[in-house]
Amino acid sequence: MHETHDVVGNDSLPSSPAPGRRSFFRILTGGLSAVASLVVAAPLVEYLFGKRTREIPWAPLGALQDFPLDETRQVTFDNPIRQPWDGLVSRVSVYVRNEGQDAAGEPRFLVLAVNCAHLGCPVSWFPQSGLFMCPCHGGVYYADGERASGPPPRGLFHCVWRVRAGRLEIQAPHYPTLQDTLDEPA
Amino acid sequence: MKNLLKSLGRWFDVRLSFSESLLPVLRHPIPRGAAGPMGWWYVFGSASMTLLLLQVLTGIGLALVYVPSADRAYESLLWLNYEQPLGWFLRALHYYAGSGMVVMVLAHMTQVFLHGAYKYPRELTWCAGVVLLLCTLGMFFTGQVLRWDPDAYWGLAVGGSMAGRVPGAGPQLVRLLLGGEVIGGDSLSRFFSLHVFVIPAALVIALAVHLWLVLKCGVNAPPAPGRGVNPKTYHAEYEEELKRGVPFFGDALLKDVFFSALAVIAVVALAAVLGPKGPTDPPDPTLGGANPRPEWPFLWLFALLSLSPPDAETFIILVFPLLLIAALFLVPFVSNRGERAPSRRPVAVLSVIVIYALFGALTYEGATSPWSPEMTAWSGAAIPERLVEASSPVELQGAAVFQNKSCRNCHALDRVGGRRGPDLSRVGARLTRDQLIDQISNGTPGGGNMPAYGKQISPAEMSVLVAFLSSLRPEGQSAAAESAK
Repeated sequence: MHETHDVVGNDSLPSSPAPGRRSFFRILTGGLSAVASLVVAAPLVEYLFGKRTREIPWAPLGALQDFPLDETRQVTFDNPIRQPWDGLVSRVSVYVRNEGQDAAGEPRFLVLAVNCAHLGCPVSWFPQSGLFMCPCHGGVYYADGERASGPPPRGLFHCVWRVRAGRLEIQAPHYPTLQDTLDEPA
Repeated sequence: MKNLLKSLGRWFDVRLSFSESLLPVLRHPIPRGAAGPMGWWYVFGSASMTLLLLQVLTGIGLALVYVPSADRAYESLLWLNYEQPLGWFLRALHYYAGSGMVVMVLAHMTQVFLHGAYKYPRELTWCAGVVLLLCTLGMFFTGQVLRWDPDAYWGLAVGGSMAGRVPGAGPQLVRLLLGGEVIGGDSLSRFFSLHVFVIPAALVIALAVHLWLVLKCGVNAPPAPGRGVNPKTYHAEYEEELKRGVPFFGDALLKDVFFSALAVIAVVALAAVLGPKGPTDPPDPTLGGANPRPEWPFLWLFALLSLSPPDAETFIILVFPLLLIAALFLVPFVSNRGERAPSRRPVAVLSVIVIYALFGALTYEGATSPWSPEMTAWSGAAIPERLVEASSPVELQGAAVFQNKSCRNCHALDRVGGRRGPDLSRVGARLTRDQLIDQISNGTPGGGNMPAYGKQISPAEMSVLVAFLSSLRPEGQSAAAESAK
């Protein structure tokens, strides 16, 4: 009975507004809630998945004469991609090989990340056998970084290098993975 | 006095309605069988919960001292181990109670599976239980990272490389996992949040659902052969069963308390005797000899992917665990009626035996990891004297080449050295000189397990090495080449 009363349009009852007003209020509440969820969710998603865009910094590895011809040297440096509170873990190693000069007389270097292309473990250089070996699953690479044997699906990751004022520099390396390498970042 | 207490109790009860809500829960009847000797099978769930409580207590204790910052975490762990009174014990207890929790959850699941307790109407109880298993394993995995030693660092590296294999979304997933472009402070904070906030919240919610469903569906009666589950008659039968039931809160709970106390004493004893786990070296990525091992609940997966052919690897890393989880969720939907007694369900019993045997074997393989080279064997493991006491100078030269070229890292002599390749103590009787040269120069055909040494070795080195290798044969046995003629 009460309901029909409403439909007839007794607007004077404050507890039972007209259906038009009620459905409007319903839609309004739904819309407001949706907006409220969105303005919270969007920044959270961006916070979680957003990528800081900035130029990749360069890290100095040492003077050119520190790298004898055709020898592989392990170089440790402080990765410029770091948090101030990273501590020891920002210490990164790469393998540097001086490959002499190209046809134009420019120096040629090979700078390899230590991370095995299989699952990222650090490879060790064995100068006597001229091989890199991975301690985890036995991936082996030649001195030029190409895959020699074992489970790795490719050779070692190449760092991007340049020579500035007689010093060898590399682009600060991120953690390299198969689809996000150092010379072809994702 | 007594009257005062009574009226105080009434005052609270009017407001809290305990006598209407909690009391019936405590007094609700459970099947008589579950309170009898068969009740000993029912103790693993409550033991898991008791150990969870221990984890919460020790976890809060550790969080009072541990610093989740990449430059301080390691030091704070050492402080816990050596300076904080009984800090070492809390760390040890947190590790062994966590391990115990995994064991208890698995035992509970196995019991529920064998007794068919997941069948109608308890399908969702099982599913909530699977979520709890996943949360428990997630806690184990994230907890290992907080140990912030080289194992934690390289564990993150392996995790990152696995995530990086996901087609398309790989690089984004790596960044999400590591919290940035490198393994660093953000990675540690991320795993700290997961370990302390995210997964515990999920675990508590799943536990609440699990317990609510246990109360809602009632404790299952022990299985009896020939009395299977029929959804149409189940509820009437269960009601009938409860008429001769016993109260939940009372003697029925005694076995649970007894066993939980035993479990607590066991993990406390383990912690006191074995001490805290790690941290090993400082988290310096440039330290050589890293050889990350996953924690024991994940050794089977480590072994599985190490033993799998490279072609199947990405599948085993990315898809296989999901299939396994899906299979666990699907268990009650494959069969939710019929026989519950193990004696009438040979396939179920056999599956449990096969699964445990398989996981046990894989875990053993993972713990010994024969596929990993021994990185220090070339300089650290001497050639067994018996193999060279009668050697000619040329063969001795070859022995030196064998060590120098790091062959020993993968090939054992008299079982000392790497086990990735075969033990070569008798290779002279097996391979001719030509076969040896071919194997060394070209490695395993198609780029298998052995690298091609062709360019890594001079002709002189090759001839002395082959001389040494063909001298490796049991006494009195001629070289393979001669016996072939």
